[in-house]
Amino acid sequence: MHRTGSLYGQFKTLEQQKDTATLGMWIFLVTEVMFFGGIMLAYTINRHTYFHAFAMGSNTLSLGLGGFNTVVLLASSFTMAMAVWSAQTSKKNLITLFLSLTILLGFVFFGVKYVEYAQKFHHHLVPGKNFDIFYCANNPAKCEDIDAADMAKEKEELEAAAKADPDLNAHAQLYYSAYFGMTGLHALHMVIGAGLLFWLLKESVAGKFNAEWNNPVDIVGLYWHFVDIVWIYLFPLLYLIDRHK
Amino acid sequence: MRAEATAPALKLPEKHYLNATYGIRSWLLTTDHKRIALLYLASVTFFFFIGGFFAMMIRLHLLAPNGYLLTPDQYNRMFTMHGVTMVFFFLIPSIPAILGNFLIPIMIGAKDLAFPKINLLSWYIYILGGAFTLWSMVNGGLDTGWTFYTPLSTIYSNSAVAPAVVGVFITGFSSILTGLNFLVTVHTMRAPGMTWFRLPLFVWAHYATSIVMILGTPVIAITLGLAAMERVFGLGFFNPAMGGDPILFQHLFWFYSHPAVYIMILPAMGVISELIPTFARKRLFGYHFVAAASLAIAVIGFVVWTHHMFLTGQSTYAAVAFSFLTFIVAIPSAIKTFNWTATLFGGSISFDTPMLYAFGFLGLFMIGGLTGLFLGALGVDINIHDTYFVVAHFHYIMVGGAVMGYLGGLHFWWPKITGRMYPEWLARIAAFILFIGFNFTFFPQFIVGIMGMPRRYHTYPPEFQIYNVMSTAGASILAVGYLLPMVYLTWAAFYGKVAGENPWPATGLEWKTQSPPLTENFEVTPVVTWEAYDFHNRPDLGLDVPSGKGSPGVVAPAHGDD
Amino acid sequence: MSEHEHTEHIVSPGMYLTIITTLLVLTGITVFAAFVNLGRFNIVVALLIATVKATLVVLIFMHAKYAPERTKLVIIAGIFWLALLLFMTLSDYASRVDYRGVRYPMTQLTSHTIEHRG
Repeated sequence: MHRTGSLYGQFKTLEQQKDTATLGMWIFLVTEVMFFGGIMLAYTINRHTYFHAFAMGSNTLSLGLGGFNTVVLLASSFTMAMAVWSAQTSKKNLITLFLSLTILLGFVFFGVKYVEYAQKFHHHLVPGKNFDIFYCANNPAKCEDIDAADMAKEKEELEAAAKADPDLNAHAQLYYSAYFGMTGLHALHMVIGAGLLFWLLKESVAGKFNAEWNNPVDIVGLYWHFVDIVWIYLFPLLYLIDRHK
Repeated sequence: MRAEATAPALKLPEKHYLNATYGIRSWLLTTDHKRIALLYLASVTFFFFIGGFFAMMIRLHLLAPNGYLLTPDQYNRMFTMHGVTMVFFFLIPSIPAILGNFLIPIMIGAKDLAFPKINLLSWYIYILGGAFTLWSMVNGGLDTGWTFYTPLSTIYSNSAVAPAVVGVFITGFSSILTGLNFLVTVHTMRAPGMTWFRLPLFVWAHYATSIVMILGTPVIAITLGLAAMERVFGLGFFNPAMGGDPILFQHLFWFYSHPAVYIMILPAMGVISELIPTFARKRLFGYHFVAAASLAIAVIGFVVWTHHMFLTGQSTYAAVAFSFLTFIVAIPSAIKTFNWTATLFGGSISFDTPMLYAFGFLGLFMIGGLTGLFLGALGVDINIHDTYFVVAHFHYIMVGGAVMGYLGGLHFWWPKITGRMYPEWLARIAAFILFIGFNFTFFPQFIVGIMGMPRRYHTYPPEFQIYNVMSTAGASILAVGYLLPMVYLTWAAFYGKVAGENPWPATGLEWKTQSPPLTENFEVTPVVTWEAYDFHNRPDLGLDVPSGKGSPGVVAPAHGDD
Repeated sequence: MSEHEHTEHIVSPGMYLTIITTLLVLTGITVFAAFVNLGRFNIVVALLIATVKATLVVLIFMHAKYAPERTKLVIIAGIFWLALLLFMTLSDYASRVDYRGVRYPMTQLTSHTIEHRG
């Protein structure tokens, strides 16, 4: 097995190896663009057709948590870029620091997501047999985490949405299909990214990265930034539909 | 005229990639692109047999118009599993994963692909996907058609949809990784002097194919992923009861599956671009046009997918736009066909087996391609959509085109892969049998399709029986045409006449290495100073070929070292 | 062409700080804009800002600005193909004609297959 930093047999120079790996990661990211693109298409068509249901669904999401997570991810992109810089300038301890921060921020993101998902389960907002957009409105006691003011607002919105769309419950499932589908896929990619970051952390602690060889940090960085970009789009698409009501 | 007719008997080289290391682990954990190609050869052939079995069941059942052999449900399973196996597990991987993997590094003067371990991973992913699909086949089968249209596949089907969909999803990643490997390899691993326009057109063809793999396969991945989630978890994008749209599934499905057919044909065209110059002993006519046409097919192929959906309630405007684009995509294919034909003109043509397959390709691909235009014409399509005309059309391209290219390539490079020659006369007979069997199988399907016989129906009007009987008879001849090469190629790998470095002879870097090649392909990295297909400049080949006009006058080194 | 020397361009931490600050500001603007009633332009504004953010991440964090031409081509190809998928599919949906609740498919060309509706 070849160790990081050593020249693999099929390459003639470390430069060629670096070029090749970087190009490979960029092309892989293009496949990810097309992958997420498919579900974006499904989202776009359904949002257009069932705007009221989508708006209703979006308003049940916590803007605070979503905004917080957006800040967390953006910050993690910053720390990731700083990790690459540290490697490029051979600052071994800083590489480890920034990689650790990136991982930490990733876990904060997971934590918030867990809270959000748990809330959705609790409120019967997961597509399937138990789905019921009216659940909390009809059983306020069961949804104790929504305070009275928000509950009143939600009831109002539900009434208006139900009038505009008699099949609101069915169509709202489409919104939550998009929500769970898109954020779920995104979270899965983040888990893989976290795994890659742990590997990088191990290698950086072992002193493998410096100005001469830092390609793995660079290309994991590319992947991590891409996952951040997906969220940059997911946040307005899922959390900010028709918020001005 | 073959040089070795008067040469002394050749011996296999002492060290080569096949005997470099021994043991099952050295094969299952190999990162040598040539061994991985052979791993693919074994598994792809395995799936070809499975797909062939289902084809046999279809043709046997259609001998009689009354559905005597299989129940409707069973028949649905037969054509579905035939399609899934042949498309995803045979046609898409065949030439790229076998011939592409084996040859591309050697053709560009590299020691291996850019990512050898990812190459091995892609084979394991293919096996895993195949395992899921096989599991589905023995646990209830699949009856949705290879197109998995919703809501049949997501809600109503009682067959094993989920494992099959998961299997195809997984196998898609094998395709993506192969494409990624090829793209990066061609960009960064070319030997000194191997500029883009000195590349063999086989490499250009695989470059174009890889573009399609990279940009298209992820879309079917997400599509099947959403379909699986709908079936298992009740998500609703394709479910009309929830407000979802089955047409959305079709759009997403065909966005990949149309370019997928170019994944299947472009590599075969790449093979033909190697065979015709070799067996006409002449430079390929219009190299730049053929290279550009490969890219054009890859790109334009992405904007025609809705021609599979003409009858889904499209507006006339959308239909006209896509019909027009469908006609446009035929043009680069036609350019290639003209260039291949022009290469023959003034050439010194011989009829070795690979050339027989190339000729077969030229004729059959032309018929298949032109009938595609029939289908792309809106008014005509209304009548022949979902009939056997469509079935005949795509089999002419897939089997008459892609499989001919695959077999021609296998024969052509078999001496390089194994170091030994196959039996030429037996191979020529097999090629003829295949050609005759093929036409008897599929030409009647054009006729019966125009007459109105629908596809995917387990019965048909009795007046069509004569054509179906002819088709089934042809299929049994075709089967012989397939079995013969499997037998004699395997025999030849061990007992065939030793071939030497360049038995044809052909130009191209792979013919400057020993047969079979070394694990690292070249002892010394070659430095390329010659153009592709430079027959006019190669006195070392012993060919009686006139000097071409405007030839650079540089005598190429006989070996790769400098 | 397989070997080309290019010295690595190292982006400074100062630049990264500038970018992250800009990204955070833009996020704030996105949220703020969501509460302003712009009708059908809310989504346009939101996507525009998101695209600006994504562009900054791609150019600076992902070093695309300093990458070889080939990388830029790969990025543009990816975006272009995504646009193909979205716009061409949406064009089919957008052009479907609903008339008196009945879809008029291509088969209107063979008018004997559907009954005439007044």
